[in-house]
Amino acid sequence: MSILITINGREYGAESGQSVLEIATDNGIYIPTLCNYEGIKPQGCCRVCTCLINGRKMTACTTPATDKMVVETNNQDLEWIRSTIIELLFVEGNHFCPACEKSGSCELQALAYRYRMMAPQFPYSFSARDVEPAHGTLLIDHNRCILCKRCVRWRPEPEAPGWFVFVNRGHETRIKFVHERAADFNKSLAQAAMNICPVGAIIRRGKGYDVPIGRRKYDKLPIGSDIETKERS
Amino acid sequence: MNKPLIATTSLAGCFGCHMSIMDLDDRILQLIELIEFNKSPINDIKTLSKECDIGIIEGGCANSDNIRLLKEFRKNCRVLIAVGECAIMGGLPAMRNNSASISECLQEAYIDCVSVQANDEGLIPNDEELPMLLDQVYPCHEIVKIDYFIPGCAPRADLIWDVLTALISGKKMELSYECFKFD
Ligand code: SF4
Repeated sequence: MSILITINGREYGAESGQSVLEIATDNGIYIPTLCNYEGIKPQGCCRVCTCLINGRKMTACTTPATDKMVVETNNQDLEWIRSTIIELLFVEGNHFCPACEKSGSCELQALAYRYRMMAPQFPYSFSARDVEPAHGTLLIDHNRCILCKRCVRWRPEPEAPGWFVFVNRGHETRIKFVHERAADFNKSLAQAAMNICPVGAIIRRGKGYDVPIGRRKYDKLPIGSDIETKERS
Repeated sequence: MNKPLIATTSLAGCFGCHMSIMDLDDRILQLIELIEFNKSPINDIKTLSKECDIGIIEGGCANSDNIRLLKEFRKNCRVLIAVGECAIMGGLPAMRNNSASISECLQEAYIDCVSVQANDEGLIPNDEELPMLLDQVYPCHEIVKIDYFIPGCAPRADLIWDVLTALISGKKMELSYECFKFD
């Protein structure tokens, strides 16, 4: 069913069932996200895409659009929420950007650039985390994991279970590679997992620093520029 | 009007940020027109001889001497700027914070490491003259108040130029996207 939805004061036509995020993206409006990834079921766990939807703060990635919905994607309050979440993520884990294989192509770092984060306003936790040789093709650096659950929700073959799970609870939550099926895991799956991880927590072994500075994903243009410059549909 | 006085120092850093100041190339000459350097590795003046307008700190605090110097800078500089990842978040030296105790670090550095030579007695330096290592490496703003931060490892010379000229002339910082990096 076709619906009408107002985003930032302008009306857009959409299909009911589409998420607010999808409609905004289709129309060249960038809503920052971290846990969301095209093709993976949205979960709304990072809260970075929080928008004002019918007057309430809701995550754009998990909210299905309805007719006459009114959405505000961008105001001082929302931008404050987003930049604060990013700052919290930076102090919660151990993000040593200069020594990270993903630096320059990392979505967390790219959002910090977009918000011009000079230094987080919170004290660094320097929490004890491990680097784990999870598989012959794969390293997991728990220092950098932001628990976005992308890898856990990722199903390279729709019918088969995923390759990563969450273990433990609360601040001890960690991701874990499914070792039982290690024999079926390979280099190309490791590369795909590395691409899916927004940060440098999943690293394909023997790979890294292979794109020169200046040519990495977010070296020249801020994250979201591709959406903002997209032809309005 | 007197030229603004600038002092710079490197704490637990690698001098990369100071190299980045050198990377201003010929703009260094313009900078000299605008400001005067007090204590700095650039002119090799060793002590802060008077109150300065701007203090530039590279590196975080890894030992007692870093803390002493940082506090001295805070006391004597009207504006204090943390330059680079190490000053802002501890940087690579802070990698010890979440993985090893001081004794483990010293054991590795002076006894166990494969590149250790000529230390048959297994000595770990502990002379009174040496600064004490801190329990962990601290970002500068967790020790004293920092007024501005210039991120990067090292910060791009263009960003340093942007911030310094803005500060001296009172114009707005541009913080262009391409210069604003954490690596
Ligand atoms: S490893 Fe990467 S994709 Fe998986 S939860 Fe952590 S940050 Fe997200």
